[in-house]
Amino acid sequence: MSNYIESMGQLWGPLMVLGQIGLFTLVLLLSIAFLLLLDRKVWAGVMMRKGPNVVGPFGLLQSFADFGKFLLKEIVIPAGANKFVFLFAPILTCTLAFAAWSAIPVAPGTVSGTSWVISNLNVGILYLFAISSLGVYGIIMGGWASNSKYPFLGALRSAAQMVSYEVSIGFVIITVILMVGSMNLTDIVNNQDGGFWNWHVLAFQNFPLVIVMVPMFVIFFVSALAETNRPPFDLPEAESELVAGYQVEYGSTPYLLFMLGEYLNIVLMCSMMTILFLGGWHGPIALGDDFARDHPFLTSFSGLFWFMFKTFFFFFLFAMVKAIVPRYRYDQLMRLGWKIFLPTSLVAVLVVGGYVAYMGVQS
Amino acid sequence: MAFYAFCVIAFVTVISALMVIRARNPVHSVLWLILTFFSSAGLFVLIGAEFLAMLLVVVYVGAVAVLFLFVVMMLDVDFVELKDGTLRYWPFAILVGIVFAAEIVMASVFGVHSLPDAFDAAPGADTNAEAIGQVMYTDYLLLFQLAGVVLLVAMIGAIVLTLRHRPETKRQNIAKQTSRRRGDAYELKDPKPGQGI
Repeated sequence: MSNYIESMGQLWGPLMVLGQIGLFTLVLLLSIAFLLLLDRKVWAGVMMRKGPNVVGPFGLLQSFADFGKFLLKEIVIPAGANKFVFLFAPILTCTLAFAAWSAIPVAPGTVSGTSWVISNLNVGILYLFAISSLGVYGIIMGGWASNSKYPFLGALRSAAQMVSYEVSIGFVIITVILMVGSMNLTDIVNNQDGGFWNWHVLAFQNFPLVIVMVPMFVIFFVSALAETNRPPFDLPEAESELVAGYQVEYGSTPYLLFMLGEYLNIVLMCSMMTILFLGGWHGPIALGDDFARDHPFLTSFSGLFWFMFKTFFFFFLFAMVKAIVPRYRYDQLMRLGWKIFLPTSLVAVLVVGGYVAYMGVQS
Repeated sequence: MAFYAFCVIAFVTVISALMVIRARNPVHSVLWLILTFFSSAGLFVLIGAEFLAMLLVVVYVGAVAVLFLFVVMMLDVDFVELKDGTLRYWPFAILVGIVFAAEIVMASVFGVHSLPDAFDAAPGADTNAEAIGQVMYTDYLLLFQLAGVVLLVAMIGAIVLTLRHRPETKRQNIAKQTSRRRGDAYELKDPKPGQGI
């Protein structure tokens, strides 16, 4: 796709990229609006409530009504707050959440080996990891700048929690990188073609690794919950202890930006799981190279469908976990991260590394 | 295009580095420091060292600076007192500044004046990551391992210095907690009226 852009001339190149970014952002924001509704509906369903059902048919327009309400409310800045940092924190959270999406490949390109991605980085997975590790700043800055006790406690908790779980996420990512031999996300997805048994979660080509990759997948899922401050690890905003954690003093648009950033990060984690473990845009049964050559656009759009379907599935799991599992105690959370996930993923890195070095990896 | 990008990022790096020492509030200083790290990562990207840039962001911005921020936020600093205290050190600061400036002048006079146009970010390998891996894990494996041992010693030292065994703290026994069953937690009694248990 980048060759195509370069052939368009000097002016068209940047315009095309801007157009892609605009389209991507639009689709992303619309998806977030409906995923938010889904989250609330699933939660309500588990509790045998109806959930939002007033605005639009089945409450479909609820997110848009909320959006309007957030925008029209007055921004209240607490006395004694550090005004610049207070307002900068939600902007940072939201910007970083959007920035991470620029490296996510969502569908196969019409030329084999390419993909629909805004920026096909060679260090794509590291970029995602770096951006998600920056996410903690929005929370710490917001909690500190509020000049209030509960937000500050929430921010401290969240900083400790996110730094802890990043470690095990990093090691899980390393196992996948070792199997692929590349940090490019498109390469990682293309390494899993040929059917669902080739997805990294099963890793059928490297059969003995199944016993490693399935636990790695589970660790990644749980760490993703902790990394995005989702229940059962939502201690930074535990309402029974900290009211709402770092968000206590926020309202209207700054709160909206926080919430938007949070949900963007959740969906990002879902798409990362899809890409790393569940074959990205590859369907469960491969259609074959002939099909891809004869119907390039159909291949792209079916790839997009599978990617969105899997991401949606993970988001549904996140919502179900939120509804079903009770909140962790803080010391249990730290124990799980440092004493169980970290050693397990460290051993897994050794095992996969040894396998790749001595047995050679089949793809 | 790359030149303009370099100008912008280098300008941001220098200005934010200045603001680190200019800012009155230590938390602001740390935030400017983070911006400095971040724009340095941008400079790495411009010379083609993507892997190094990402490592800088992950390690320094994502972990080290978080701990900085953590500590600085917890400090209760009296700024006026702090300022009076630092004034005493200005002769030393000027000395350090002069030495540093002299080094930079010497480097720019006798050293390489400009980056070569074709800077090789990955000498002898396809990617930056491979080149670094080659140097660290093959060429200088022993030194790398020794550096790891030094860090381990530092970590153990920090733990030994700060760990005090306090007998009055109540520790959680997780195995005991999770192995507790319903029967251990309560028993049912049927007290007769007027008798009690």
